[in-house]
This record gives sequence, structure tokens and C-alpha cells, in this order.
Amino acid sequence: MVEAAMGEDFSSLAEYRKAAERLIEHVDAGDAEAAQGIIDDLTHLRETEIFRELGSLTRDLHEAIKTFQLDDRLADITSSEIPDARERLNYVITMTEQAAHRTLNVIEDSMPLAQELASESSRLLQRWQAFRRRELSANEFRQLSREVDGFLEKVRDNGQLVHDKLGEALMAQDYQDLTGQIIRKVIALVEEVEGNLVHLIRISGQRIVEERIPDSDKAQQDKDSMMRGVGPSIPGSDAADVVGSQDDVDDLLSSLGF
Amino acid sequence: MPADKNMKILVVDDFSTMRRIIKNLLRELGYNNVVEADDGNTALPVLKRGGIDFLITDWNMPGMTGYELLCEVRKDENLKDLPILMVTAEAKRDQIVQAAEAGVNGYVVKPFTAQTLRTKIDKIFERIDAGGA
Repeated sequence: MVEAAMGEDFSSLAEYRKAAERLIEHVDAGDAEAAQGIIDDLTHLRETEIFRELGSLTRDLHEAIKTFQLDDRLADITSSEIPDARERLNYVITMTEQAAHRTLNVIEDSMPLAQELASESSRLLQRWQAFRRRELSANEFRQLSREVDGFLEKVRDNGQLVHDKLGEALMAQDYQDLTGQIIRKVIALVEEVEGNLVHLIRISGQRIVEERIPDSDKAQQDKDSMMRGVGPSIPGSDAADVVGSQDDVDDLLSSLGF
Repeated sequence: MPADKNMKILVVDDFSTMRRIIKNLLRELGYNNVVEADDGNTALPVLKRGGIDFLITDWNMPGMTGYELLCEVRKDENLKDLPILMVTAEAKRDQIVQAAEAGVNGYVVKPFTAQTLRTKIDKIFERIDAGGA
């Protein structure tokens, strides 16, 4: 396999064609093992290219990030503003929660006050109508009169209580202004980070675009890249065309006549 | 002498919810003659048209801020004596000093209570009365 890979030079389309033709020959000859070998070599070549591409992309990104780290503003954003924004948003959650509870408390407190007045008044209304129909005795009327006294006091007290509660609910709504101001600040920060990210992508994207446009130069660039070195192999991914030991190296060299 | 309940008050805040809150509180205090603006740029023409007796303004607003509005009002020959209450979340010592130096009459930090608003308004008009304004 190693010999096959080293023997084949897939750096040009012609080589692809040659490999394809050999593949067909092997298939026609019914030599499944040899055909498989060619397919493996082609697949492997493709994978190597993808990894090389990834490697170069990663390097570009790393460089771009390093450049950004020199930027005070970015350092400030990452070290203090993002944690600060997180805290701000947590504070927004706390404030909105408190405001909701404050309002819900008012509702829960006020509903029984209103309910009490509604049910008491409907009971008294029946008694009052009975009185209007002259169905009450003098004693019953005196009783009703005392109850009306008590009810009017209750209306006064509950009315004042509900009014105060509603004032409380009114003030609880100030959270919208306060959290709104905080969220606006976070939005401004997000916009700034977005701008920086777009810039970052533009920087690393340029490298890719520059590399992609002169497609005819790609083979040469690959060769140059090979000349500069592609870095250590990635275990398990490009094992097929990477030697496993010094013995493999020696074997390879001797097979080439060295 | 307490403030005149019929005086015309301009409430300036970019958040409509806060304007409603202040408007409701003012109504509770007996002030029913209230108009609104959402920043300094919309407030200033209203002020220049005349008839406003009291200005309540936020600080941090898009367009013209409350602080800039304060400075504009103090610069204007017809408006320079207008009582101004700042109601804002800006709570830095330096800012409050800055507003005071620019001639604000009162400074309420959000969140505030109805009682605070009442006290500040009363105090502003007590001082104005004492000063013979």
C-alpha cells in the first residue's frame, strides 16, 4: 500500500485519470484487491487535502486571534465586558422576576379584598330589596342597618387598601425602563463583538479566497506546502501514507532502489 | 406654599412605561396638567413654545440627553428659571455634581418611590417660594 501511494503522484488531474484508468483495468481484470488499493489511495489523497486545508484555516484563525489579542478593546471585551454583560443580563432576570412577584403579590392581595366587597354587597342588596318590599321586621331592619354601617366601613378600608396596592403595582413597572437601559448596553456590546467577528472572518476568509481563485496554482502551492512541511501526521486519519517506524522508512527507501 | 396643582408639567423619558408611571404618580399628587416628550430633541420645542411650569426629565436618552436638555434650558433667556427635576438611573457621584452645577433643582435616582417624588417636588417649590421666585 505504502509503495503504491509513493509510486503514484496524484498531484495533477492527469494522475487522477491514470489512477482511474488503472482502477478500470483492475476491475475489468477482476482483481478486486488491486482495485480496492487504488480506491483507498484516491480516498486517502482527498482526506489529506482536506486536513491540509483545515490546518491552514486553523493557522489563519490563530494568527487573526493573536492579532486581535493585541487590540486593547478586544482584550477589554473578553476580560471584562462579556462577564459584565453576563452579570447585567442576570440582573435583568432578577429585576424582572422581582417586578413580576411584586405585581403578583398585589394581585393576590387585592383579589380577596375586591371579592369580599362583591359578595358582601350582593348579600346586603338582597336584604335591602327585602326591606324595600317591606318584608323586614323592625328588628331585622335594625340588624340590616348595623350591617350596612359595617359594610360602608369595609368599602372605605378595602378601597384604600386596593388603591395603595395598585400604587405598588404601578411602581413595580419601573423595571421596564431600568432593564431596558441595561439590555440596550448589552445590545451595543453584542453589536461590537459582531463587528469584530465579521472582521475576523474577513481576514481568515481572504486567505481561503486567495487560495481558491488561482486554482491552476494549487498543485504548485501544495508542492510548496509540502516543501515547507505539513506538520506532524494526525493518527488514524492519514496513517496510510505516513510511515509507522524507521523500519518502514528503510523498507520504502530500499524498494525505490536506495 | 405648596406647588400650584394646575401647573403644566413636561415629563421627558424615552421609556413610555416610565412616563406613564410618573404621570400616574403626579395625578395621585393632584397634578393633572401633564404633557410628555421622549427625549431632549422633542422636549425642547415644547418648552420653547412656552406654558410649561415644571420639567421632569430622565438623563440617559437617545438623541438629546436630559443633561443636554438641562443645559439648553439654562442657556435660554425665556426658560432659564424653569424648575427642573431629574429622574434617572444615572447614579454616579460625578454625574449628580455635574447636574447640580448645570443648575438642576432636584435629582431622583431610579428606582424611586412615590413618596420620594412627592418630597422632591415639594422641596423644589418650597425653595423657589423662599427665594421669592
